[in-house]
Amino acid sequence: MNVLSLDLMTALPEIVVLVMAMFILLLDLFLKPSNRFLIYVLTQLTLLGAAAITILTHSTTVTDAFNGMFVDDPLADGLKLAIYLATSVTLIYSRAYISLRGMFRGEFYALVLFSTLGMMIMVSGQHFLTLYMGLELLSLCLYALVALDRDNPSSTEAAMKYFVLGALASGMLLYGMSMLYGVTGNLNITGVAEALLNGAPDHGVLILGLVFIVAGLAFKLGAAPFQMWVPDVYHGSPTVVTLFIGSATKIAAFAMVVRLLIQAMFVLTADWQGMLVIMAVLSMVIGNIAAIAQTNIKRMLAYSTISHIGFLLLGFLSASLNGYASATFYILSYVLMTLAGFGIILLLSRQGFEADRLEDLKGLNQRKPWYAFLMLLVMFSMAGIPPTLGFYAKFTVLQAALQAGFTVLVVFAVIMALIGAFYYLRVVKYMYFDEAEDHSPITAPVDMKLVLSVNAIGLLILGMLPQRFMDACAYAIIHSIQ
Amino acid sequence: MNDLPILSLSIWVPIVAGILVLCTGSDKNASSARWLALLGSIAGFAVTVPLYLGFDMQYGGFQFVERLTWIPAFNIDYHLGVDGIAVPLILLTSFTTVIVVIAGWEVIQKRVAQYMASFLIMSGIMIGVFAALDAILYYIFWEAMLIPMFLVIGVWGGPNRVYATIKFFLYTLLGSLLMLVAFIYLYHQSGTFEIAEYYRMPLALNVQIWIFIAFFLAFAVKIPMWPVHTWLPDAHVEAPTGGSVVLAAIALKLGGYSFLRFAMPITPDAAHYLSGFMITLSLIAVVYIALVALVQKDMKKLIAYSSISHMGFVTLGFFLFNPLGMEGAMVQMISHGFISSAMFLCVGVLYDRMHSRQIADYGGVANSMPIFTAFVVLFAMANSGLPGTSGFVGEFMVILGSIQVNFWYAFLAATTLITGAAYTLWMIKRVYYGEVANPQVAALKDINRREFFILGLLAILVLGFGIYPQPITEMTHATVNQLLDHLALSKLPPL
Repeated sequence: MNVLSLDLMTALPEIVVLVMAMFILLLDLFLKPSNRFLIYVLTQLTLLGAAAITILTHSTTVTDAFNGMFVDDPLADGLKLAIYLATSVTLIYSRAYISLRGMFRGEFYALVLFSTLGMMIMVSGQHFLTLYMGLELLSLCLYALVALDRDNPSSTEAAMKYFVLGALASGMLLYGMSMLYGVTGNLNITGVAEALLNGAPDHGVLILGLVFIVAGLAFKLGAAPFQMWVPDVYHGSPTVVTLFIGSATKIAAFAMVVRLLIQAMFVLTADWQGMLVIMAVLSMVIGNIAAIAQTNIKRMLAYSTISHIGFLLLGFLSASLNGYASATFYILSYVLMTLAGFGIILLLSRQGFEADRLEDLKGLNQRKPWYAFLMLLVMFSMAGIPPTLGFYAKFTVLQAALQAGFTVLVVFAVIMALIGAFYYLRVVKYMYFDEAEDHSPITAPVDMKLVLSVNAIGLLILGMLPQRFMDACAYAIIHSIQ
Repeated sequence: MNDLPILSLSIWVPIVAGILVLCTGSDKNASSARWLALLGSIAGFAVTVPLYLGFDMQYGGFQFVERLTWIPAFNIDYHLGVDGIAVPLILLTSFTTVIVVIAGWEVIQKRVAQYMASFLIMSGIMIGVFAALDAILYYIFWEAMLIPMFLVIGVWGGPNRVYATIKFFLYTLLGSLLMLVAFIYLYHQSGTFEIAEYYRMPLALNVQIWIFIAFFLAFAVKIPMWPVHTWLPDAHVEAPTGGSVVLAAIALKLGGYSFLRFAMPITPDAAHYLSGFMITLSLIAVVYIALVALVQKDMKKLIAYSSISHMGFVTLGFFLFNPLGMEGAMVQMISHGFISSAMFLCVGVLYDRMHSRQIADYGGVANSMPIFTAFVVLFAMANSGLPGTSGFVGEFMVILGSIQVNFWYAFLAATTLITGAAYTLWMIKRVYYGEVANPQVAALKDINRREFFILGLLAILVLGFGIYPQPITEMTHATVNQLLDHLALSKLPPL
C-alpha cells in the first residue's frame, strides 16, 4: 500500500459520506415522491456505514494523514461516532415532522449529510485550512437548512440573521488564523504549537490573533457575549433544524475548540484562560436569567444552551486533562439531553401545530404520563439534579474547575445552576401541576417513540452508571492530547 | 443472615415496588395500585427490621457494610453502612411509609398510582441518605429525594402549591449545591469520597469553618433552623397530608442526621468554634418560633411552626457536646417523627371532612367526634411534652444536658414547656371544645377503622417510647459516645 492509499484509508468515513451525499442528491431527481422513503433509509445506512468504518479503522494513537492536514485519533473517532448518533437520532425524530410540512425532500437529507461531512472534517482537521473548510461546509449547509421551510417568514429571517452573523464570525476566525500564521509561519496545528513552544517573536500580534479566534469559536459555540444569534435562530428554524443545530453541530464546535485552543495554542493557556472565564460567567448569567423570561420552549432551550456552554467552558478553562475530559463528557451529555428535549417537542407537534410554547405542555401527565415522565427526566437532567446524567456532567466540570483553583467561579456557577433550576422546574410544573387544555391524541411513528424512550431513559441509566461513559471520554482525551 | 445485603434491600425494595405501582397505570386500576403500594410498603418495612434485630448495640462503628466499586475515575463507591444514629431513622422511614400509604387510601382519588409510587420511591431514597457512606452516593440520594417531594406537593397539594413546591425545591437545592462544592473540595484534598476518610483528615481552622458553613446551609435549610425556615410552613400548608407527614417525620431528620454524619465529625473544631452561634439559632427557634406558632390561624401552619421549634431542641442537643444532649436530640428526632406525623394526620382527618384548616372554622368537634378527640388530645399532650409521652423524654434530656453547660440555655429551652403547651392546648380548646361552631361540625362523622388503626398505632408508639425509651437510647449510646470522643479531638494540622 502506498502513502496515498493509507491517507485515503484514514479519511474513508468522510469519503463514504461525501459519495453517498452526492448519490442521494442525484437519486432524488429520479425518484417518484412516493418512493422518497428510500432516501431516508439510504441516509441512515450511510451514517451506519460511516460508523462501522470509523469503528473498524479506529486508532489508539494519533495518526496523521495528507501531510498533517488531517488527523485520526481516539478523540476524533469518539466525536465522529457521537456526531453520527446525534444526526441519525435527529433524522428519526424529524421524519414525521418534515413530511407533514412538505420538507421531506432529497435536499434535506443531502444537506444533512453534507453538514455531517463538514463536522467530520472539523473533528479531524489538523490544519487551519482543513478546519476552516469543514466549518464553512457545515455553516453553508446549515444556513440552507434553516431556510428550508421557505414559505415561513420567521425561518427566512432566522436564516438571514444566522448567515450574516455566521459569516462575520467565520471572518473573525480566519483573520485570527492569518495573524497566527504571520507570527508562526505555520498553518499546521502541530507546527503552530511547536513554533509557539520555541518562543514566538511578537506576543502582541499573537494575542490579537488569539482574541479573534476565541471570538469566532465563541460565536460558533454560542457563548456570551457572542450569543445574540442563538435565541433567534433556535426560535425561527424548523424544530428539526433547531435540534440539529443544538446537538450535532455543538460537538463539531467543541472539537474545533480542542484543536485550536488546546492543541495549537496550549502555550497561550494563561491568555485564553482569562477570556474563557469572562465568557463562562457571562454565558451562565445571560443564559440562566434570560431563560426565565421565555414563554417559548425553543427560545428557553436556546438560553439554556448558552448557560450549558458556560458550564462547558468551566471544563476548558481548568486547563488540565481532567478538565478537558470533563468538557468532553459535558458536551456529549448535553447532546443527549438536547436530543431528548427537542424530541418531545417534535412528538407533540402535529400538522399545522408547533408545540413550541410552554403552555403546550400543560397537563401532559394527564394526556400521556410516559412522555411527561421522559420530559421530566430531561428537565431534571438539564438542571443537574441526580440521579440523572446532567448531574455528573455538572459534577465533573465543577470538580475540574475547583481542582484548578477557581473556587469563587465554582460557587458562582453553582448559584447560577440554582437559578437555572427554576425554569426547568417550570416546565415540570406545566406538565404535572396544570390541567390539560389540549386533548388531541399524540401520534408518532413507532421507531421515534422507541428511540425517544431509550434516549430519555438513557439519561437516567447513564446517570446511575456513568463510569463507562466517563472512562471513554477520559481515554479519548488522554490518548489524543499530548 | 448477614450475607443478605440488607441495606441495599431496604433501599431498593420500596423503589422497585414504587415502579411496579407506577406500572398499574391510570386510575382505572386505582385499587390494585393501593394494594400493591401497601404490600410494597410493608415489604419495605419488613426488610428493615433485621437492621434492628441484627444490630450490635455495643459497637459504635458502621455495621451491615456493603461496598462495590462504582465510579473508579473519581473513587466513588457504592458504599453503605449504618451506625446507631442511622438505624432508628431508617426504621422510622420505612414505618412512616406504611402509615402514609394507609393514610392516603381513600383520600387520594386522582392519579393514585403516581401518588403511592412517589412515596415508595421517596422512602427508598431517604433510607439511602441514612445508609450512604460515600459522599457522592449520599448527595445523589439527598437531591433525588427532592424530585418525588416536588411532585407530591405540586400535584396533590393545595391552592398555592406551585409557589410552595418551587420554593421548597430551590431553597433546598441552594444549600445542597454548596455542600457539593464542599465535598469536591474534600475530594481534592483526600483523593476519595469516603466519609470515614474525611473524619480522619486534618484540616486548618479557616478551611473547616468554610466547609462547616457550606454544610450548615444545606442542613439548616432542611431541618429547618431559624432564619432559613420560611419554606417549611408554606410547604406544609400546601402539601397533601401524606406529604406533610413525610416532610415532618423524615425529611427534617435528614438535616439533623447529616449534622451528626458530616458537619460535626468532619469539621469538629469549626463545630466547637461556632457552637455558640448554633446554640443561639437553636434557642431562637425554640423560643421565638414557639411564639410565632401561638398566633397561627391555620392548624397546619401551627404544627409546622411547632416542628421548627421542636427541631430547635435537636440542634441544641447536638451542639452541647455532651452525651445527654446528643442522645436526647436523637430521642427527640424519633419522637417528633411519631408526634408530628400524628398531628398532621389529625389535621388531615378534619380537612378531608371539612376542607378547611382554619381554626376559626371549627369549634366543639369533640361533640361529634369523641374517639378522634381522645387521640388528638393524647398527641397534643405529647407535643407539649407531657411526662409519660415520648415528647417529654427527648426535651427533658436536652434540657438536662444544657443545664450542665449553661443555666440560661436550659432556662430558655425550658420555656417551651409553657409555650408549647400554650399553642397546642389553645388550638385544641378552640377546635375541639366549646360550643359547636356550625352545622357542618355538628354533622361530622367520627373516624373510621382505617383512621383508627393508624392513629392507634402511633398512639401506642408515642406512649411506648414515653414510658420506655430504652430501645432508642440503647441503640444510639455506643455511637454517640464514639462520636463525642471523636469531637473532643482537634483535627487541626500540627503546626
